[in-house]
Parts: sequence; C-alpha cells; structure tokens
Amino acid sequence: MKLHRKTGLRATALGALAVSGALVLTACGSDDNTSPDGAKKTTTASDVKCEGAKGQLLAAGSTAQKNAMDLWVKNFQAACEGVEVNYQAIGSGGGITKFNQGQVAFAGSDSALKEEETAESQKICKGGKGINLPMVGGPVAIGYKLDGVDGLVLDASTLAKIFDSKIKKWNDPAIAKLNPGVKLPDVAIQAFHRSDESGTTQNLGKYLSEAAAADWKHDPKTKSWPAPGGQAANGSSGVAAAVKDTNGAIGYFELSYAAASNISTVKLNTGAAQPVEATTENASKAIAAAKIKGTGSDLALSLDYKTKAEGAYPIILVTYEIACDKGNKAETLPTLKAFLNYTASEEGQKVLAEAGYAPLPAEIAAKVREIVPTLS
Amino acid sequence: MATATTHTPPPPGRNETTPPKSSAPSQAGDRIFLGLSRGSGIALLVIMAAIAVFLTYRAVLAIADNEGNFLTTSEWNPAGNPPVFGIAVLAFGTIVSSVIAMVIAVPVAIGIALFISHYAPRKLATPLAYVVDLLAAVPSIIYGLWGAIFLVPYLDGLNKWLDQYMGWTYVFDKSGEGVARNMFTVGILLAIMILPIITNVTREVFLQVPRMHEEAALALGATRWETIRMSVLPFGRSGIISASMLGLGRALGETMAVAVVLSPSFIISGRLLDPGGGTFAQNIAAKFNEANEYGRDALIASGLVLFVITLLVNGAARWIIARRKEYSGANA
Repeated sequence: MKLHRKTGLRATALGALAVSGALVLTACGSDDNTSPDGAKKTTTASDVKCEGAKGQLLAAGSTAQKNAMDLWVKNFQAACEGVEVNYQAIGSGGGITKFNQGQVAFAGSDSALKEEETAESQKICKGGKGINLPMVGGPVAIGYKLDGVDGLVLDASTLAKIFDSKIKKWNDPAIAKLNPGVKLPDVAIQAFHRSDESGTTQNLGKYLSEAAAADWKHDPKTKSWPAPGGQAANGSSGVAAAVKDTNGAIGYFELSYAAASNISTVKLNTGAAQPVEATTENASKAIAAAKIKGTGSDLALSLDYKTKAEGAYPIILVTYEIACDKGNKAETLPTLKAFLNYTASEEGQKVLAEAGYAPLPAEIAAKVREIVPTLS
Repeated sequence: MATATTHTPPPPGRNETTPPKSSAPSQAGDRIFLGLSRGSGIALLVIMAAIAVFLTYRAVLAIADNEGNFLTTSEWNPAGNPPVFGIAVLAFGTIVSSVIAMVIAVPVAIGIALFISHYAPRKLATPLAYVVDLLAAVPSIIYGLWGAIFLVPYLDGLNKWLDQYMGWTYVFDKSGEGVARNMFTVGILLAIMILPIITNVTREVFLQVPRMHEEAALALGATRWETIRMSVLPFGRSGIISASMLGLGRALGETMAVAVVLSPSFIISGRLLDPGGGTFAQNIAAKFNEANEYGRDALIASGLVLFVITLLVNGAARWIIARRKEYSGANA
C-alpha cells in the first residue's frame, strides 16, 4: 500500500509537481525578522565584482529570502557605486507573475517554475526560457513548549500524526518511545499552523508526505494548511508567539524565529545514529543530498527528505532566483550577472548564516557559479 | 406625515430659514461650484461601477473553472487540480462575527451616547466624547495586535466559564483544548472597533432631539428615564439604525484585526468558542500574497460576494429608515 501510494505520487509528481521537490525557503509571508545582528554586520565587499553593473535592478518574489536579499543588496550596493537593487518581497506567486510580464529582471521563488510558467517565460526571454538557480537554503524548525521537557525527539511519523490531530497527548506511547527516560506530562497537544498561505507550510507538507507517506495523506503541494483540526496563527511571527505563550504547543517556523523568541526546537530522529537538531549547518548537509533535476542550465533541485545522512536535518527549504538563460534585457544584464555572481559566491553564501539561513552545499553552489556567467 | 413637509429633519425646529429660491447659476462661482459638486457625484458613481465591473469580470473568470459549488462548498483550494473553492465558511463566519459584534456594541454604544448627551455633566461629557473619537482613530492592525497579545490570553478564563455554565446552549460549548482565537473573541474585538462609529452617530442624533419634546415630557411629570424613553429614543430610532448599519459595514469588512486574532479553518461550526471559521476579508488577506493568478481571481470572487452583502445591508438600512420615518419624533 505504501509502495503503491508512493509510485502514484511519483507519477503525478512529474512535471509541475516534481518541482515540488524544489523547496521553499523561509516562510513566504514571513515577517521581517532579520536576525538581530544580521542586517548590521557588514562583510568586507572584497568579493563583489561590479563588472559593468549600473543603474537599477528590479526583482520581486518570495518573502522567505527577504532577509538574505536585504543583506546581499546592502553589501552589493556598498561595493558597487551607483547601483540600486530593489527586491520587493511580494510572495513567490507575485514574483513569478511579474517576471513573466517582464516587469522584473529576476524573481525569487520558493518553488521552481511549473511547466506552464516556464512555457510562458519564453515570451519574455527572447530565444530562451526562465531557469531556476538555487540560492538560499534554510531549515524549518519545529518549535514546542512543554514545561519540564527539554531536547524532545520526534520522527516524521509522529510529527505527521501530531499535526494531523491523531496524537492528542504529550504522554502518548509513540512520543514516549522516542524519548526514553523523559517524563512526559499528561498535557494536550496544541498544534499550530500558518493561517496565511506560505511556502513554509508547503515545505513541511512535502517533507511529511515523503518521509511519513503512510501517516500524511494530505495534498503536499498546497501552500495553505491542508489538514483539518489544529489551530492557526498569522505569519511565522504569529505561530512563534502562539507557541511561546501556550504550554503544550507545537508549531513550525524558520529557525531565526525560534532563536529570536528562545523557543525549544524538536530534534528529528531521521534514522541516523543521533537525532538531528535544526541548525543552518545541518540543513546544508541535507541540501547536499538533493539531486539536480533541471536540465541544461536549469538547476531545479529534487530534495531528499528521507535522507539518513549523519547530521542532516531534512525539513529544509530552498529558494530560487529565476532569470532568463537567454534573452535577458540588455540594459540590466550586466547588473543581474554581477549581483547573482555575488550572491552565489563563497562570500555571498557565507553571510547567509548570519541571517539564519543555510548556505548552499559546495557542489550545488559551484554549479550555480558556472551558470550565472553564461546568462545572456 | 402630513406635517412632516414643513419640518424637515435634521436638524428640525432649528434651521427655520428657507434658502432663497435657487435661480439658474448666473455667476461664474455658482457655475464652477455646480460643476465641482456634480463632478464629485458622478465620480463616485463611476468609481463604484468600475469596482463592480472589475470584481465581476475577475470573479467570472474564476467561477467558470471552479469544480466546487461557489456558494456551498466549504473548502478553499483554487490552486488544486481541479480547483475547488466555495464561500460557505466565509459567509457564515463573516455574518456570525458581525452579529456578535452588533449584539455587544449597539446597546453599549447607545448607553454611551445617552450618557454623553443627557446624563454626564459637561465637564465629563466633552472629554468622554473626545476619547470615543480617539477610539475610532486607532488603526485596525493595532486592535489586532492588542487582541492577539492581550485579549486572547485574558479571555481564556471567560471561555472556560462560559463552557462550564453556558455549555448547554451549544454555541458556548467548547469541544477541545485551544486558546481563545475564536469567533467569539473576534466578535468582541469587532464590537470594540465599531463602538466609536455607532456612538458618535447616535450621540449626534440624540443631541438633535427638539428641546421642546423633552421639556414637554418633563412638564408632564416624566422622570429622566421616561423622558428618554418617550422623546429621545423614538426620535433617534432611525439614527440608531443607520449608525448600527455603518458599524455593521465596518464589522463585515474588517480585515487585519480578524486576520491577526482568528485561528481560521474551513469548517462551519456553531461552536463560537472553538478556534475555526473565517471571514471574507481575513481570507483574502491571508491568501492573497502567495496566490497565483487564478487564486487571486478566486479571492476577488469572494470579495464580490462581500461587496454584494454590504450593498444589501446598506439597502436594508435605507429601507428600514424610510419605513420608520413616519414614526420618528420629527412628526410630532
């Protein structure tokens, strides 16, 4: 049954859905939660090569990578005089629409272009098409508040049952089994999800439907919460606030929110020897397990949610920058290339961790660095 | 009705001077002013028509491909394949939250308005009226944040009490755990938000009750409460209704405060204390950013329904006022 379902999923997953493998970054609809020092720290701009960059570069899309963009734009503008990069965090859907209408030079998106969106992009990219360049990664933390319990360990299956209201008490045997020696209180579980549409929700859904296929039968593509039951709050900040205030609560949000509100995060039992903690480093390890499923210059990723690699935290999201492989507007092309060169550079990736994001693993970053200079 | 033609309300009995018979606008100033005011009137109609056309056009695009029943489906998945969405939950939630708000706000607002206009000493009335005005100036997101951070935890106790002692009414039966991010809290918050608008309009109406009516009542030996009941309230009835409808309009369309406070779900439930439900405006605010082109059309279709509901409410208010006119104190 499990196999059947999986193959069924795989089949449908082709095309648009497989894209789902690609991930989402921090909450779409995430709030401006620049990590405390993220925006302030300036890194030396030595690695920024301006190479003909000039004028204004317009971009729009995912709110998930907004904090990363803010940081990059700041550093880039500091290094290249007279250049203005304007990234509007209007959501992935809006970003792709604007890109396909030719209003922005590149779009930021939580998921790779769907087939029909790629087809549409050919109108704007004269002689080419829109391609997906993975740029920002990050872990989705599962935060909880349960007085007297530290270092809670869960696995994909219990997580799915908790968020599906199948496990209702914290002292449920399934949770106790994963936490030997921990005294779990007889407290009701209050599971919080996002009330607004979000790439973070979509991302968790994809993880649950792959890693716990038997226990999570909801639509994995939807950006709004698919399961009945549970409680909802607006934005990652809303979920984090609700979890922080409610004993017995569990919820999901980007790691930076957990750190900012001092919320304990769940360690995941992935099948690796040690339960894995949600950290940017561990997220990078999980992204390294992804396969590139795009062809040619398209680097859309297929993430491996079931990875058992040591220290790989599998609830991850990746945002893409979407630009034309050929047929970018001549006046913004040099700026576009210079900017993406910087964001993909070692320097650019290194600053990500400051804002709670996970740098791309070396192999994927290297591929991106190969593709960016070929844009035309 | 017969005498109503000589005294036109409001303000009746005060402005007895009739304006000079209007002659053809002969002077430049007259003509410019006529043009400006006529232009404003026409612009309003054009804007409303443009909104209606835009909403209808986008809504038709969305509804044409909808696999669910737009009016009765309790699901919202326009990004699905096939797309399925319906407004049943939203319509229910919008109406329920607004009704709760009205039930709480209207009596309180009338009380405040009467206190300011008839009971309070002037020294107190002026600052009180000022504070009520101030309440209207607070942005709705502030109400939302206050509701989510302050009101929700503090209403927990009230919810438990209602569940325990009023649970038999079903609407106050709480079926599980959960913080007070429910329709009842939303209703209370909306009540606070519409309080100033209702208070201000009713207060103005109460202040316009002809002095003679009240003095006549007092001369007959009526107590203050009897005076209010016999002369102030009947005179102000149509004003109270139109004030309530203005408040209702705001409650129906309130967006951010609801989006911040409510824990929405696509389930219709009469249990006011369970988290869940949703409203039109809240749903649009929550879904618009990440929606694709089609999803936005679907949201706009739901916006059209809210537009129509608001029109109906306003129409109903006008009809009630027109029907009540003959009973209002203006005739006496």
